[in-house]
Amino acid sequence: MTATLSRATGDPIVTPRFPGMKVTQLRVIKSEWTKFRSLRSSIITLLVAMVLTIGLGALISGVFAAHWNKVSPDERANFHAVDISLSGVGIAQLAIGVLGVLLLSGEYSTGMIRSSLTAVPKRLPVLWAKISLFTGVVGVVSIISTFAAFFIGQSLLAGHHIQTTITSPDVMRMVVGAGVFMTLVGIIGMALGGLLRNTAAGISSLVALMFVIPPVMGLLPSNWSDRIGPYLPSNAGQSFWSHPTGAHLSALTGFAVLCLWTAALVGAAAFRMKRSDA
Amino acid sequence: MIEVIGLTKRYGDKTAVNDVTFTVKPGIVTGFLGPNGAGKSTTMRLIAGLDSPTSGSVLVNGRPYREAHAPMAELGTLLEAKAVHTSRSAYNHLLALAQTNGIPKSRVTEMINLVGLGDVARKRVGGFSLGMGQRLGIASALLGDPQTVILDEPINGLDPEGILWVRNLLKGLAAEGRTVFISSHLMSEMSQTAQHLVVIGRGELIADVDEATFVAMASTNVVLVRSPQASELRDLLIGPDVSISSPETGLLEVHGLNAEQIGDVAFEHQLRLHGLTVQEASLEQAFMEMTKDTVEFHAHTNDEIADRHHHAAAGAGDLR
Repeated sequence: MTATLSRATGDPIVTPRFPGMKVTQLRVIKSEWTKFRSLRSSIITLLVAMVLTIGLGALISGVFAAHWNKVSPDERANFHAVDISLSGVGIAQLAIGVLGVLLLSGEYSTGMIRSSLTAVPKRLPVLWAKISLFTGVVGVVSIISTFAAFFIGQSLLAGHHIQTTITSPDVMRMVVGAGVFMTLVGIIGMALGGLLRNTAAGISSLVALMFVIPPVMGLLPSNWSDRIGPYLPSNAGQSFWSHPTGAHLSALTGFAVLCLWTAALVGAAAFRMKRSDA
Repeated sequence: MIEVIGLTKRYGDKTAVNDVTFTVKPGIVTGFLGPNGAGKSTTMRLIAGLDSPTSGSVLVNGRPYREAHAPMAELGTLLEAKAVHTSRSAYNHLLALAQTNGIPKSRVTEMINLVGLGDVARKRVGGFSLGMGQRLGIASALLGDPQTVILDEPINGLDPEGILWVRNLLKGLAAEGRTVFISSHLMSEMSQTAQHLVVIGRGELIADVDEATFVAMASTNVVLVRSPQASELRDLLIGPDVSISSPETGLLEVHGLNAEQIGDVAFEHQLRLHGLTVQEASLEQAFMEMTKDTVEFHAHTNDEIADRHHHAAAGAGDLR
């Protein structure tokens, strides 16, 4: 037997066989990376988000470039070259959000969570590791995608000299912001997956939050919708990655509001993971 | 060592485990017996820190499992056959678990070969049979070379060869001084593997004894007596604590007397005995005997059902 018993207070009672064996946050992140890369579904979902961001942005930029002569003066007045090239973000956020939901709900639906939490019985390091890994991987992929979408879109618009440049005012903020927005939506998805522990429920509530509630809010009298609407996560996000019409927050306030939404939902998910039976 | 102290777990208003106290000692295999729904799995989940007790506590190697620094060196668990993401390969599943505790990659390969999954290590776990899933669960339980092992129904779904393998593996782990705690609904399996038994029924502790004591405690030992003068002998033996049945002429089944007492009575009255056999209750019978009042869902005999209907009808009558 390699393990020995000692009852000295504070000392580990069992001496592990493998030197340096213990749980660290970095090791749990490494483990989450193994989990992430070994699921084909997570890689595919991430690629789908990338293709949507770049492809849809290029398509819409191309259509505008080809039909610019027929675009009405009204439309020309509201035309923003950045927004057109980032058209894919509105849909790609759904793919990223679903990826976030799956990362946690998938563990609950398969029973994997019980393996994960017996290996790391303090539990929260698992959630922090998932969020860190997600932020790292998805953040990088999202920002690369929005930059690619921007440059491809602008090159298509350049035919009619209606393009903009990355150094123009606010453009850098919007391109980076769109990538950050998608990553935050993904983390919100992960929190919903952890709160509801069910893939279908997690995706439905994410869709409701990001896609259903905002237009419903628009049906309310404007003195209501103008006060509440801008604080919804999707509208708060649009204030820093696009040119929203109507009542909206400043870019910085919008970013802070979206971060608050994310933090609140992650906090609730952490509370549930720590306190509830797995 | 596992110390379960005054453990109670309620889910809503249903009590799954009620004030249970026992200790699982190192160096031997301890069996955990109880009918379905008795609270075995709940107790094991509480030991592993997956559920929190309503009251009471559990210590694994002297402290709550959630406080372990190197959890996988303290406790190895197999709680459900497949606590695995079905789309992941066996190798990546074990690797991800090993990485959390800083267990080297070489150990992952070692465990895969130990449980005999070498050929399918890179295949999706979703395609595994019940027995393969069970082997993977055992590999993950032993990954950290743990001091204490808890396995819920470890032989479930294994073929005879696999059952023998697990039995020897568990005995080997205990012989190395580890604490081994296994649940099973197969009494015959327990009698061949476990040296100590913890028995629960409806969430309450029924027995915490070594195997021989358990059989003796519950035993309603029967003495089979063959005699050409069976009816005369029967009249002499019958008493307030003695019951006798006669399945065939010349054969008596005596409950409540031992072989010596019966032999002496026969000698004193000069009755011929052609056979005197003690039938020891098996572990299985002992278990059935001890838990028959605690089985949560059991098949009722027709008489019992008729009886219930009768009572129900009578009760309804009273109301009118």
